[in-house]
Amino acid sequence: MRFNALRVLKEGLTGNRGWGPHWRDPEPKPAYDIVIIGGGGHGLATAFYLAKEHGLTNVAVLEKGYLGGGNVGRNTTIVRANYFLPGNSEFYSHSLKLWETLEDDLNYNVMHSQRGLFNLYHSDGQRDAIVRRGNAMINQGDDAFLLDRAALEKKLPFLDYDNGRFPIHGALYHPRGGTARHDAVAWGFARGASDRGVDLIQNCEVTGIDTEGGAVTGVQTTRGAIRARKVAIVTAGRSGQVAALAGLRLPIESHVLQAFVTEGLKPVIDNVITFGMGHFYISQSDKGGLVFGGDLDFYPSYAQRGNLPTVEHVMEAGMTLMPMIGRAKVLRSWGGIMDMTPDGSPIIDRAPVDGLYLDCGWCYGGFKAVPGSGFALAHLLATDRPHDSATGFRLDRFTTGRGLMDEEGKGAQHNLH
Amino acid sequence: MRLTCPHCGERDLREFTFGGATLTRPEGDWGPDWDAYIHLRENPAGLSREYWTHDMGCAAWLLVERDTVTHDIRAVRPVGEGAP
Repeated sequence: MRFNALRVLKEGLTGNRGWGPHWRDPEPKPAYDIVIIGGGGHGLATAFYLAKEHGLTNVAVLEKGYLGGGNVGRNTTIVRANYFLPGNSEFYSHSLKLWETLEDDLNYNVMHSQRGLFNLYHSDGQRDAIVRRGNAMINQGDDAFLLDRAALEKKLPFLDYDNGRFPIHGALYHPRGGTARHDAVAWGFARGASDRGVDLIQNCEVTGIDTEGGAVTGVQTTRGAIRARKVAIVTAGRSGQVAALAGLRLPIESHVLQAFVTEGLKPVIDNVITFGMGHFYISQSDKGGLVFGGDLDFYPSYAQRGNLPTVEHVMEAGMTLMPMIGRAKVLRSWGGIMDMTPDGSPIIDRAPVDGLYLDCGWCYGGFKAVPGSGFALAHLLATDRPHDSATGFRLDRFTTGRGLMDEEGKGAQHNLH
Repeated sequence: MRLTCPHCGERDLREFTFGGATLTRPEGDWGPDWDAYIHLRENPAGLSREYWTHDMGCAAWLLVERDTVTHDIRAVRPVGEGAP
């Protein structure tokens, strides 16, 4: 289905009865070249880029629930490329470039808004770290500006600059950072993949991964067996359970990350702002709600809801940073399940079973990575070589200790990120 | 989620810190067993056996049986008494 101004006008005048579905709803075929497990952002993007970049359309995406019903539809929608370490840096840089042409590539309005992102700093040490990060971003070819307090106050006059505990001295400004409409990203990739011939199969839970002589031969699902030469597990949040179907254990623990939305307000926060001391980030959706989040609850969970101590902590951080939001009423919250790896960075790699591929471990950074991850996994599936932007996301880096990407400098160990 | 410390009684979650899954520490030098012990996880959706510490209370290390899907706490014991 396509949109245009004339059609919107016509449908508006005739009760909006003429709109059809965005994508086909096919029955699963008995066999495909490639089966992608997981119809979230990453899985749909992989299917789209397999078709677009590699001409591979004998592909199925198997989704347990409905397309885009997981974390891609419930997140704080931030898109940025401000990573520091080699491995991450080139990947997120590439992903941001894909974001910048995504609406043309998909012919779909994903409302990608490069409204600028500010990482605040509150101490001399933090300023030094932010200068170093900004230089890394510039060396990668991305944009970063150091703003002092006077320059920042012109852009964000509503922050509590003289907070006794966390005074704000300035910020790292990343103008190409911003937000996007998360659901539209899933829908746009889904429509693009479906139009090119990929089968998107919903309500189809994978219950087994078939192997023969150490190689994948297909999957068992609630809608019957499907043979496949290659199978990709793209089920961040549930990677451990799906990988266990193939007898694998992954370096992943599932944690809960909460996000919050307030009632709709008039435009008040123009950019994305991250608090340097309290792990708090906020932006305002085009609908008017303040969208914000904080840190993990820091215990493994699949409950899709968190606990009140973290809620309190996030609200306190928000009030410390910008007391003006104190009267806004929180409408809803959500706990997403995060694939946490020991070093806080993702995995796009071949699994130790022939024909099985992993795209997992996105920690709390999966949304901005959607196009980059789909592009890189599609390249890996099509050519059996990692894409240049994703050579660092190896599964064996924990075993060998080589190429760990520990952005926070905490150590490559569970429960530290 | 509230935990019942065997020494202090039922207390707020803020007083406790998660300390990782209960795993058997391997013997000997570095090898696949050590790699698995440090990095690989069962990551269960359901009953999970894990360490917590009551660091803002009595500072005891605890063995906790917890459901990761419902957040139900099934059992809390001091580590010295062995697996719950």
